[in-house]
Amino acid sequence: MGSTDGIQADIASEIEVDAFRRLFPLRFYERHLSESVRPDARPLNKARDTSVALGAISSADGSALVKIGHTTMLAAIKVEVMTPSLDSPDEGCIVGFDVFSSGMINLKELSLISGKAAWMLYLDVYCLDADGALFDAALLAAVAALSHLRIPVVSVNDDGRVVAMSGEHVEGKSVREPINREKRKLTFSCIPFSLTCILHQKYILADPTAEEELIMETLVTVVLDLSGRLVSLYKLGGNLAYNSTVQDCVALTRRRVKELHQILNEAVSDMEVD
Amino acid sequence: MNLTMAADFALSMGLMEIDRADGRKPNQLRPLSCSHNFLNRAHGSARWSHGDTTVIAAVYGPKSGKKTNENPKKASVEVVWKPNTGHIGRDEKEYEIVVKRTLESICLLTVNPSTTISVILQVVDDDGGLLPCAINAACAALVDAGIPLKHLAVSICCGLTESGFVVLDPTKSEEQSLQAFTYLVFPNSFRSVLPGSPLSVEIGPFENGIITSTTHGVMSVENYLFCIERGRSASAALSEFLRKSLTKRNESNS
Repeated sequence: MGSTDGIQADIASEIEVDAFRRLFPLRFYERHLSESVRPDARPLNKARDTSVALGAISSADGSALVKIGHTTMLAAIKVEVMTPSLDSPDEGCIVGFDVFSSGMINLKELSLISGKAAWMLYLDVYCLDADGALFDAALLAAVAALSHLRIPVVSVNDDGRVVAMSGEHVEGKSVREPINREKRKLTFSCIPFSLTCILHQKYILADPTAEEELIMETLVTVVLDLSGRLVSLYKLGGNLAYNSTVQDCVALTRRRVKELHQILNEAVSDMEVD
Repeated sequence: MNLTMAADFALSMGLMEIDRADGRKPNQLRPLSCSHNFLNRAHGSARWSHGDTTVIAAVYGPKSGKKTNENPKKASVEVVWKPNTGHIGRDEKEYEIVVKRTLESICLLTVNPSTTISVILQVVDDDGGLLPCAINAACAALVDAGIPLKHLAVSICCGLTESGFVVLDPTKSEEQSLQAFTYLVFPNSFRSVLPGSPLSVEIGPFENGIITSTTHGVMSVENYLFCIERGRSASAALSEFLRKSLTKRNESNS
C-alpha cells in the first residue's frame, strides 16, 4: 500500500492538478480532507450558500425557487377543491411529498365544508440543476412553497358548488359570503429541515456536491424539525455508521436547521414587505 | 384505547412492561423460519418468515451483461420487487432501492466485474416488517447462490409506542398504532471460519455500526438511539438464527 502511495505521490508531483483530480479522484479528495478543507474551499462541516426566492411562478398558488450552491429546485403548489374521503370527512390532503403526511400540517385546516368539500394540494418539485444534496433542496423548496401558499377565497353559489371569489363583484348579483376568509395560510405544527452528510473514513462532509457524492458513496440524510425532534434518518447501504457518527450528523443538522429557518424567515418577511 | 390506558396504568404502577396484542414481550421477536434452495431454476433461493410476514427471494447470477451507466469495474445488483397483490407502487419502488443499496454494500462486487446479480423478491404475506423480512430473505438467498459477500446482514423493525417504549418486530396492526418506527440493517458478527482458531478480527466496533436506516414518524433523537441499541441486541439473535439455518443447509447438501 505504501509503495502505491509513493508512486502516486511521484506522479502527483509531475502531472497537473486537473489531471490528477480526474485520474485519482479519491486520493485528490483525501489530500484535501487531511488538510480539513474541500476543493471548493469550504470547511468540512459547512453547507453551501443557500437562497430561497418565493413566488417564482405567478400562475401557481404557492411556489419557491431554492438554490443550494448550484443545486436548483423549483416547487409549485396548485390547489383544487375535492370531496373528502368518508374516513376523514373534515380533512384535505396533499399529493406529492411523503414527509408531510406525518402530521407536519394539520389537514383539518384544509377543510371547507365538513364531508362536502376540502382542499387538495398538488405539490410538484422540479430539479433544474442537480449538483448534490437533492433531497435537502427538494424539502426546502417544498417547505418554502407551502409557507408561500395563499389559498384563494371561495364561496358557495346557489347550486351548492364551491366557486372562486374574484376581486371585482358583478353588480346586481347577490354578494356571497366567502367561506374561508379566515384560513388562507397554512400553519405548520413543525417545520422539517434536512442535511445530507457524506461519511468517509473519520470525516463527515456536510452538504456534498454531485462530484463528492459520486466519489464517496456513504450518504446519511437527517431530517429534524424546529424543536429538534427526528423526522427521518435515512441511510442506504455504504460503510457502517456508528452511534457517535450518527450523533455528529444530528448535531450538524441542528445547526443547519437554525440557518435554514433564518433563511426561510428572511424570504417570507421580504415577500411581506413587497 | 382502553387497552392502551390500562397498559399505561400498569406501566406506571410498575406491574408489567407493556401489553402486546399477541402476548409477546417488547423484546421478543415473532417466530422465525427460513428454508433454502427450493426453487429449481434460480441459482439461489430462500423463503424467510417473521411470524405471518413471508417473503421469497430468488437470486440469478452473476450473469453476463450489465445495465448501462454502471461501473465497469464492479458487478451491479438489480432488485425486482413483486407485491402479493396489485401493481408496484411508489413505496415498492423505494423498497427496491433500499434493498439494492443494502445488498451492494455487503456483496464483494469487484470479484465479478461487468456482471449482474438479479434478486427477485416475491411478497407472500405482509403482516408488518415487510422490508426487514425481504432484506433477510435476500441475504439468505445470496448465500444460497454462492455470491461472494463481505459479511451477512440482518434487518429488524423497531417501533416506538406513544408512551415511549421500544417494541421489536411489530405486526401490521401494531405498526399503525405506533408513534414511529424504524427499519434497521446491522452487519452480523464475525465468526472464524477455521474451527478452534481465535478471532483475529476485532469485533467491537464492527458490530456497532448500522448499514441502513429508514424511519417513519417523528421521534426524539434519544429514542432513535435507544431503538438502535435494542435492535442491535436483537440482531445478535437474528444472525445466530441465520447462521444456524445456513449451516443446516450446508450439512444437508453435502
